[in-house]
Amino acid sequence: MTSLAYTLTDSATMFRRQLRHMQRYPSLTGMLIGMPVVLMLLFVYVFGETLGAGLPGGGGDRGAYINYLVPGLLLFAASGAAQGTAISVAMDMTEGIVDRFRTMAISRASVLTGHVLGSLAQTMLCMAVLLGVALAIGFRPTATPLEWLGVAGLLLAAGFALTWLSVALGLVSDSVETASNLPMFLILLPFLGSGFVPTDTMPTVLRWFADYQPFTPVTETLRGLLLGSGIGASALIAVAWCAVISLLSYLWARRAFRRRRAR
Amino acid sequence: MTVTTATRPAISVSGLRKSFGDKVVLDGIDLVVTEGTVFSLLGPNGAGKTTMVRILSTLVPAGGGSIRVAGHDLAKEPDAVRAAIGVTGQFSAVDNLLTGEENLTLMADLHHLGRINGRRRIAQLIERFDLGEMARKPASVYSGGMRRRLDLAMTLVGEPRLIFLDEPTTGLDPRSRHAMWQIIRGLVADGVTVFLTTQYLDEADELADRIAVLDHGRIVVEGTPDELKSRIPGGHILLRFTDPAALHAAARALAAAHIDDEALTLQVPSDGDVRSLRTVLDRLDDARVEVDRLSIHTPDLDDVFFAFTGTPVTAAAPDATPGGHR
Repeated sequence: MTSLAYTLTDSATMFRRQLRHMQRYPSLTGMLIGMPVVLMLLFVYVFGETLGAGLPGGGGDRGAYINYLVPGLLLFAASGAAQGTAISVAMDMTEGIVDRFRTMAISRASVLTGHVLGSLAQTMLCMAVLLGVALAIGFRPTATPLEWLGVAGLLLAAGFALTWLSVALGLVSDSVETASNLPMFLILLPFLGSGFVPTDTMPTVLRWFADYQPFTPVTETLRGLLLGSGIGASALIAVAWCAVISLLSYLWARRAFRRRRAR
Repeated sequence: MTVTTATRPAISVSGLRKSFGDKVVLDGIDLVVTEGTVFSLLGPNGAGKTTMVRILSTLVPAGGGSIRVAGHDLAKEPDAVRAAIGVTGQFSAVDNLLTGEENLTLMADLHHLGRINGRRRIAQLIERFDLGEMARKPASVYSGGMRRRLDLAMTLVGEPRLIFLDEPTTGLDPRSRHAMWQIIRGLVADGVTVFLTTQYLDEADELADRIAVLDHGRIVVEGTPDELKSRIPGGHILLRFTDPAALHAAARALAAAHIDDEALTLQVPSDGDVRSLRTVLDRLDDARVEVDRLSIHTPDLDDVFFAFTGTPVTAAAPDATPGGHR
């Protein structure tokens, strides 16, 4: 076999290991799935009527608000899952088994690739469950099959970027506690963007931040694809953000993994 | 198994140095480990044993010196070294969320053994390491001894020709310790080269063909167990008497003895075997001397250190292995 084939085989082995971990430690996955669902129920049934009335165009209700909310909440689910990834990477690094992997003639990257693939599967599962519940309680997207494909692609790209970022955060954390705190800012970002309310209701400084931070173009593109609102330049900016964050986080994670070895 | 020339080294190290910051951990180590033998690095906590293993097993880069492991230059061909070695560290390297069997399967997959070969190898190892029913339970519920056995079994999945064992019996109860010794002897019988670190002289004595004593990053003495022990004066029989007259009568009967008038004791050099003990007792009987108490003192790490460094084992830093895990 070629070295590329070995890299793929080893990554697949490490991916299976991560799936086993999720199966053995279901409470983490459960929490990651549960959190965005609970938040959705809270926002729709507690704040939904009021927030819906404030949407542009006026006179919206709970039903209008759930349509507005779901695209941003999908990203919130991805950020939550990212926190789980950082925790599981940091936990893994404290185990002797990673040292064992390092003394074996296996593809170096496969340890991290296994984590990324496992977490990505977990993230997609979280978003799928959220979408299912949303549809059950009144989310009414108008997307065509092609647009759905776009939604899936963009969610995958955003999930990929967030996962590499959280793998890097997990690697630079010196303890599991730090790893659970570092990605906290990711959970706030959907709030400080167009995820929960339109940005034009915010004070100037906050609004400026909200318009230019990466979550906003991704949210706007998802909203456009799912509900037919205008997308404009958002799609391109969203894809660019995903690519840049993925690449930088990958390089950061690789460096952090090598550094940990030298200690 | 192919017969190899007895002089071919599995490991050769010259001028190895390593420091972490200003702290020098290894200070010019030279050693050669012959293929098919057990080499033991003996030393107290903080002597640099674990750092040595971490360097030789490609985990940590050396600070200087030239090293060849399994016929490959460590710095230039780390992957070739990795393909030839197996490492069982001081801190268990098993995946706690997986069962014993799944841990072994993980290793078989990473060695690309294939489904059928992998299964056969795993079944053999479960049998050989007496994991039995427990193989289906998660490793987190294993006892200390069982965890070490699983750890070593995982190391053996790839059938390495050179194995590093870093303090394989530290923290084990005597029964598990002896079980581990049996396993190590079995490996040697298969022709595997073993690099063993330990802080127990008896362990090195039981298992090793050659012993090197490491102290503060330097090798203070190296030789066969017999060579080392013959140079350690620590082994003796301690005789206690009820009165000075008996003490002196005994001292006359046993020429080479050290008298302590205060404690009314006599130290007779001995390596603790039955023959030398019988000789001493026979002589005392012939001289009709009554002994109050008798105890046998076998040399331990303290004696080795005292003999070769002139100082007792110093309580070094808890563990001089920065980056070593809990």
